[in-house]
Amino acid sequence: MPDLAYHNKPSATPPLREDDHSPRAPLSIHDLTVAYHRKPVLWDIDLDIPEGKLVGIIGPNGAGKSTLIKACLDLVPKASGLVQVYGQPYKRQRSVVGYVPQRESVDWDFPVSALDVVTMGLYRDIGWFKVVRRKHKDIARAALDRVGISHLAERQISQLSGGQQQRVFLARALAQDASLYFMDEPFAAVDAATERAIVTLLKDLQSQGKTTLVVHHDLATVTQYFDYVILLNMRVVAAGPTEEVFTAENLHRTYGGKLTLLAEAGHALSQIKRG
Amino acid sequence: MVSGLHNTGLDWPSIEALLNVLLLENSTTAKVVISTTVLGLASGLVGCFLLLRKRSLMGDALSHACLPGIGLAFIVMTQFMGLEGKNLSGLLLGATITGIIGVVLVMMIRNTSRIKDDAAMGIVLSVFFGLGTVVLTLVQQSPGYSAAGLESFIYGKTASITQQDADMIQAVAAVVFLCSVLLFKEFKLLCFDEGFSRSQGWPVNGLDVILLALVTLVTVVGLQAVGLILIIAFLITPAAAARFWTNDLTVMVILSAIIGSISGWLGATLSALLPRLPAGAVIVLVAAMIFMFSMFFGSARGVVRRWLSMYKLKRKIGRQHLLRAVFEIQEALCLEQSKDPANVAVPFKTLLNHRSWTPKRVRQLLRQADHEDHIDLIDGDNVRLSESGFGEAARITRNHRLWEIFLITHADIAASHVDRDADSVEHVLSPDMVRELEEKLDMLGIPESPHYIAQAARGGPA
Repeated sequence: MPDLAYHNKPSATPPLREDDHSPRAPLSIHDLTVAYHRKPVLWDIDLDIPEGKLVGIIGPNGAGKSTLIKACLDLVPKASGLVQVYGQPYKRQRSVVGYVPQRESVDWDFPVSALDVVTMGLYRDIGWFKVVRRKHKDIARAALDRVGISHLAERQISQLSGGQQQRVFLARALAQDASLYFMDEPFAAVDAATERAIVTLLKDLQSQGKTTLVVHHDLATVTQYFDYVILLNMRVVAAGPTEEVFTAENLHRTYGGKLTLLAEAGHALSQIKRG
Repeated sequence: MVSGLHNTGLDWPSIEALLNVLLLENSTTAKVVISTTVLGLASGLVGCFLLLRKRSLMGDALSHACLPGIGLAFIVMTQFMGLEGKNLSGLLLGATITGIIGVVLVMMIRNTSRIKDDAAMGIVLSVFFGLGTVVLTLVQQSPGYSAAGLESFIYGKTASITQQDADMIQAVAAVVFLCSVLLFKEFKLLCFDEGFSRSQGWPVNGLDVILLALVTLVTVVGLQAVGLILIIAFLITPAAAARFWTNDLTVMVILSAIIGSISGWLGATLSALLPRLPAGAVIVLVAAMIFMFSMFFGSARGVVRRWLSMYKLKRKIGRQHLLRAVFEIQEALCLEQSKDPANVAVPFKTLLNHRSWTPKRVRQLLRQADHEDHIDLIDGDNVRLSESGFGEAARITRNHRLWEIFLITHADIAASHVDRDADSVEHVLSPDMVRELEEKLDMLGIPESPHYIAQAARGGPA
């Protein structure tokens, strides 16, 4: 595992190699196609995400939002296409990328504490065969503090509420101290306090110049939370600054004939006009 | 009773025999007991990760897939290589090969078709076992078959453990121990969050292969001791039992290894003392008994502990409801005489009407309160609280009302709904939370109830 071997993290923007002529965007995707059981899920995705944006990935169920993230992280095989993180393939940039999977993707009955889970974000730094040390636990504790649940560090994870579990996952990504974050539905089924805490955290990350991509479901809050959106329905319907791209027409093209969602979109748009 | 046992063919051992086995004086017994103990340690360790990776059935498919390998290895060795059929390493090599083929088949079925894990494992498990049975039947007539004791691999025959066998078990245990220590953190991440592990660049497939290789090693060397049908129980039961005692993976792994060892030791010892009992089965039964005990009495997730805490909570809620009811009635009675609330006697009938209690329930609650010294006196019609009971009643009522007022002022809940909502929370209010409520609401005494209390109709607090 050569890529696990280096422990010195590249700085937020790694130096370009001389033979590297690709753009320095945190994330650029060219011609990405992904298929499950030969059925295409994502078609011809072309995207360049500018640095320091808080990006919402919006689209109906089955639009391939999670798959897009997973394809970027090499978690699902690409049928074709190229994903580059700061101009290099993901597998050479793992240390600058943080990932928050969907909360339901793991068994929360697992016998570990919140602190243990957050420490997992540091395993790469710790390296093969080595044990977790005090300094790693301190970093993990600090990450838990940033999401406001350091008092629950020793709690077994099944004894946490859904919102607290989501915060644990966020803390694990924070502990990685990445510059590009992928978050898969961090707002799904969390309480209002956690939602506010996550939003604060996202804005905080943005103010530090970090780029974050968030799979998001609630159209009503899109304009409030994100300054950049990707409207996705197997293809990229539109991508760009929220005020330009998040329009009734684009939403209609994204959600097609799904009336209930259109109503939601209408509600969201009326909010933009008001606010 | 002794004659009854004679009928079953079991003989109670003499004291000398008991000491002989316990002190491992007989070298054969010592070999067997030490081997099963060490095997238990290894299976307990690797079983934890297998269980948490949710691959328990994979171990079962693997062990069953070993059977045709044993038969085929016997054929190859006796027919083509001119070796003795008893050659243990040859037989175990055959077992390993078909075992691995079985696991690979499960993965292939899962990855290439839409058949799910459990079905794929079920298919492989039974087909390979069937194939193994056929092969064994075919070679039954060949010379050297009975000497090779192939059938002992199915149910296990601990007594037939040889020195070579014992050495192998110890070597495997050493490998398993080393891997569990060195790869502890890697396995932990693999079992908890495969996706994250993969995204971090850990070789998830490689780690899975290592884990399954360890399971294969334990299974194959365990074939002699417990047999291929029961080995899965030896792998999974200690881990499952350990889970009831702890919420920490490190502790669980250590505990599982200990439970595995105890099962192996006790099972082999019992079977040495009572020679008619098959050791493999006894080992598994011992493990199962530890599992049952853990399931009920486990300190982290045991059933009894859950029942007990639920019972305690119910009791606490009952007590708090009773005391608050008494206090509210006292409050109303005193207000009628325009006095401050005091510990006056409360008519039983009023109490009965205060909440929707049956007379039986009220009597039960009163008995319980009497037990806790909260009641001074119960005669036919009246109930009076003790000093401590009155204090407690005042405290409980206060907590309830603080919470109600908080809900009304800070959470926008209508006064008419607040009683129910407060009801579900007040029993779990900690002293810290009460202090916070006091600060937020700036209240020190017992506030009046923010809503109408039915029984205190005449002049009760509004």
